[in-house]
Amino acid sequence: MHFTINGQSHEAEVDVRTSLLDLCREHLGLTGSKKGCDHGQCGACTMLVDGRRINSCLTLAVMHQDDEIVTIEGLGTPENLHPLQSAFVRHDGYQCGYCTPGQICSAVGMLDEVKKGWPSHASADLTGASLDNAEISERMSGNICRCAAYPNIVDAIREVADASAKVDA
Amino acid sequence: MTLINKVLGREDTRSLTMNEAHPHSWLDAGTQGVIGKPLDRVEGPLKVSGQATYAAEYPVERLSYGVLVRAPFGSGKITDVVADAARSLPGVIDVITDYPSFIRNPQQGGEKKAPTQGVEKVDYHGEIVAIVVAETFEAARDAAAQVKVEYEPREGSYVFAAHRDQADRPPPDQIPPHMAKGDLDTAMADAAFSIDETYTTPSQNSAAMEPHASIAEWKDGALVLHGSYQMVASDQMQLAAALGVGKDKVRIISRYVGGGFGSKLGIAPESVAAAIAAKRLDRPVKVAMARQQVFDATVRRSNTEQRIRLAADAHGKLTGLGHETLASNLPGEDYFEPAGIGTQFAYAAENRLIDHKLVRLNWLLSGSMRAPGEAVGMLALEAAMDELAYKVGIDPIELRRRNEPAIDPTNDVPFSTRQLIPCLDKGADLFGWSDRKAEPAGDRRGEWLHGTGVAAAVRSNMLQKSSATVELTGEGRAIVSTDMTDIGTGTYTILAQIAAETLGLPLESVTVQLGDGAAPPSAGSGGSWGAGSSGSSVYLACEGLREKLAKAMGVEVEAMTLKDGRAIAENRAVDIAELAGDGMTVTGTIAPGKQEKLHRQASYGAHFAEVKVNVTTGEVRVERMLGVFSAGRILNEKTARSQCLGGMTFGIGAALTEELVHDPRNGKVVNRDLAEYHVPVNADIPQIEVAFLDERDIHANPIHAKGIGELGISGAGAAIANAIYHATGVRVRDYPITCDKLLAELPAV
Amino acid sequence: MKTFDYARADSVEAATRAGGRFIAGGTNLLDLMKLQVETPEKLVDISRLDLNTIEEREDGGLTIGALVPNSDLAADPRVIAKYEVLSRALLAGASGQLRNKATTGGNLLQRTRCYYFYDTAAGCNKRQPGSGCEAIGGFNRIHAILGTSDQCIATHPGDMPVAMRALDAVIVTQKADGDKRRVPIGDFYRLPGDTPHIENVLEAGELITHVELPAPTVGRHLYRKVRDRASYAFALFSVAAVVTVEDGIITAAALAFGGVAHLPWRNPAVEAALVGKAPSDETFNAAADALLDGATGFGTNDFKIPLARRTLIASLREVTQ
Repeated sequence: MHFTINGQSHEAEVDVRTSLLDLCREHLGLTGSKKGCDHGQCGACTMLVDGRRINSCLTLAVMHQDDEIVTIEGLGTPENLHPLQSAFVRHDGYQCGYCTPGQICSAVGMLDEVKKGWPSHASADLTGASLDNAEISERMSGNICRCAAYPNIVDAIREVADASAKVDA
Repeated sequence: MTLINKVLGREDTRSLTMNEAHPHSWLDAGTQGVIGKPLDRVEGPLKVSGQATYAAEYPVERLSYGVLVRAPFGSGKITDVVADAARSLPGVIDVITDYPSFIRNPQQGGEKKAPTQGVEKVDYHGEIVAIVVAETFEAARDAAAQVKVEYEPREGSYVFAAHRDQADRPPPDQIPPHMAKGDLDTAMADAAFSIDETYTTPSQNSAAMEPHASIAEWKDGALVLHGSYQMVASDQMQLAAALGVGKDKVRIISRYVGGGFGSKLGIAPESVAAAIAAKRLDRPVKVAMARQQVFDATVRRSNTEQRIRLAADAHGKLTGLGHETLASNLPGEDYFEPAGIGTQFAYAAENRLIDHKLVRLNWLLSGSMRAPGEAVGMLALEAAMDELAYKVGIDPIELRRRNEPAIDPTNDVPFSTRQLIPCLDKGADLFGWSDRKAEPAGDRRGEWLHGTGVAAAVRSNMLQKSSATVELTGEGRAIVSTDMTDIGTGTYTILAQIAAETLGLPLESVTVQLGDGAAPPSAGSGGSWGAGSSGSSVYLACEGLREKLAKAMGVEVEAMTLKDGRAIAENRAVDIAELAGDGMTVTGTIAPGKQEKLHRQASYGAHFAEVKVNVTTGEVRVERMLGVFSAGRILNEKTARSQCLGGMTFGIGAALTEELVHDPRNGKVVNRDLAEYHVPVNADIPQIEVAFLDERDIHANPIHAKGIGELGISGAGAAIANAIYHATGVRVRDYPITCDKLLAELPAV
Repeated sequence: MKTFDYARADSVEAATRAGGRFIAGGTNLLDLMKLQVETPEKLVDISRLDLNTIEEREDGGLTIGALVPNSDLAADPRVIAKYEVLSRALLAGASGQLRNKATTGGNLLQRTRCYYFYDTAAGCNKRQPGSGCEAIGGFNRIHAILGTSDQCIATHPGDMPVAMRALDAVIVTQKADGDKRRVPIGDFYRLPGDTPHIENVLEAGELITHVELPAPTVGRHLYRKVRDRASYAFALFSVAAVVTVEDGIITAAALAFGGVAHLPWRNPAVEAALVGKAPSDETFNAAADALLDGATGFGTNDFKIPLARRTLIASLREVTQ
């Protein structure tokens, strides 16, 4: 099977049962995406598929042979971090670090959803959401952090969102 | 380099047993200016880019995949493990059972012996009894589901309430289960105001994000196990004992741990199963527990039933204080949830009774989870104090002020430091407590009832023997090596800060190597002792290096200043790299001594919470929360704050949502996944605020720091419960306070 | 997960004739397959079929492709403007990641979250007919209070279908023989009875291709969900309401309920208690009486009865303001 992950082509012989997450972790050496529950209940496995954030544990690798997949490794490296990655470091938006790649991939996807004008459960008005703390918290609630860096995660995302809003303006 | 130094006799050791107070600390000089600062985590860039490597992520040649098989019943004897169908599946290598060697349950933290072994007789639903090994994870998972465990059922004890009257008193551990002073019954009878209430808390699960995982690989009769463990040195001993090999034959590597919270203190079933399978198959085996197995077969915090008795005089001064706890555990396991531990010293009262008993149940093991004792004990004690404040008719902060002990009321020794009242006062100021109207149910806004609550935090401070080696290289770098772990606590960063500050090096000149059982044994991460213990060992090693540097420079150590990689003394400045020559190495070791008996050592804090309760549904939302803490020297203000955020959030979970449910018919964990065991999500948590008081504890250790990882949970849930009472006038004494428990008492719609 | 044959379908016709279980988002099916609660021998991947658009019909209604993800449906301006209850219900469900993957058709078929259904060591008539119901006599906090049977007390866990039930959605399907049918959502689901493993009227090979929403009505919309966490939790109780008040009288009401039954619940008696009446607590109580007529708790879910009453009354107050 053929996959495009972080802009690179990969060939892998995998079982039809292999999840997109296990493809990356067990076959391609991309262990940045984490397995916390394997059932879509924690968000540690979050990746971007064709730009959308999804739980990679709940989808089959075989179904993604034509897709553009981005994992945490594709966002930045320790030497050249993505703005959200460096904001997470600055704001201590993690502790043990296990949910962190999923949080950051989720945040990338989430900010894109906001840009598209998508509302959330926290939006009083479904037609025009402003990204206040309650909005960030609600939109990031699919990513559990047991260490509970939530307030710092919100601060990190807010900083990047605000900076990006300034650039757009 | 270490070896060369050893051969040349240049290796040195420096040990300190805390028999005396230790007022001097190089960290106070502040020359390098990195200690205490809110610095970013040194391993941060690796974590945020997915490059930090957790247990199951090491590339290994010829790796095979193991999936564990559970006993699908609560109590009985296995008669057969039928595995023909599983073995016949493509890719399956073997199905392995080893009744005597498999462990019944995980080991408790710090034990040196093997946990209870033997799984032919099954004592709880979900006990791990076999392992399937296959070429792929997918094949092993399928095959594990095809294994049929046949058994003869036996009668089991599955209902706490049904067996509570047969509770036994566990033998004394580090913590005595029983302590009495004076006559509590008389104090209660004579009290102007009294509280006699029972509070209950359910079983809980640490639910660290990384499920327990091991990669076991044997080489020349020795095992290397990449595991997710908090206390490498004792875990190695436990694993060696369980496998019946010498302790020098087991090396655990645990460089990054995806959360522990107590659940990874002792070895868990996956490590032994992986090691046995790897040996039999002569192939490395990787086992990552499924999330459901983490719930079924690792460790829970015990449920508790706690009777609190408070006897007070007309002014609210306590004359009697009782805290009697029933907890549960498996037959043969002596660990008890020490819910009364904080009550030993939280408040003054002449007549005291603290007691713990165990109810034996066929539920999975109970053991340590973040702040064993205080986490649930303070849910009871601090709610009772709130109840008493209302009875006496005084502010809950004032009630605590009136019951502030001058010395430790249990052991009659001084406190090393105690800033409970300053924490409460500072918190009251920051939170705006003085605006509060005491009357409950007085603030309704639409469908929401608002209220605020306060609770105290106390957490015992402990020191454990811990060693670390620090090598100063000829390039002027410091390399810290210890088997200490960083489970998200910030160990990598604070050890680097301690070394940088003590040696006068920029932070980037320090490398910290953790989690390798081949390195000097440390205290490990548990009981909030990690920073104080392992930090002191690094400090001592660096202190030894300072002496070596002074000697190399030919000056007195007191006359020498170290800063930015240079040693300055007597109007000379020399590069530390030059003084280090071919390298210098010192191993530092800290050990507890008389100071822990001569003083009551603890950290303190105060929680303030504002909640709103929906008057229609009983749903509770936390609007605001503030914690003020004093815990000795704060080594890194950023990571310390994060530890407190985490603890406080655990407290919110305990107060509102977390409950591990056991089926009354077989004891099995009913809600065995993260969809139904409700740890807080982002939307449950407001922008919590944390403040620290300045403090040094010279009785604790030479770096004057105390534990902070568990302090944040102590009392946090009680502040929520007290706020719920203030909002609604409804006192729920059965945690968690889910909507169904409030519903019946809320006003009619 | 048992192994299976995998085939990707390139047309609806091919999919219906492929003779396997359909997989699109997979968020519930794979979850259950990993536990071997579901063990299909063949999966037919329909995720690339051209069923992912939302079209306006001439009658003013919307036709939603079965593969439209929950996120896209919730954010669609036409849905927000005319069917707010549906947007609200979708946004109250699951997480951003799951909504990005879960599809309209798949979400209608989401299976129960009953703990005993999920645990293959437990007796469950829905998972394994004849093996008993361990939820009865066990822990049943999340279970049903309406329309239960002595074989099964599971709930339908969804949010979107509750809103669709209030909106009188029609489920459009295509069978293997090419026949298409339009099934009103009220006829789509089954109560557990003696066959809790059969949850809807779909036949083997029959594929949901679309969901039709009737032309919008003028009423006010509300979706209220009560749950244990502020987010990312299933409903203990939910209500979807579209209510019209004219000149102080309720002239139209459509109400559906989640978390209380084996299917998104709707009872005409509830609406009959409201229509033609002035909004008042008396009226709302009568509606709650109608909803909870015959409601039965099973121990740990007893609280759902007062919870449903209180939440319905508060919701009606809000939606008739």
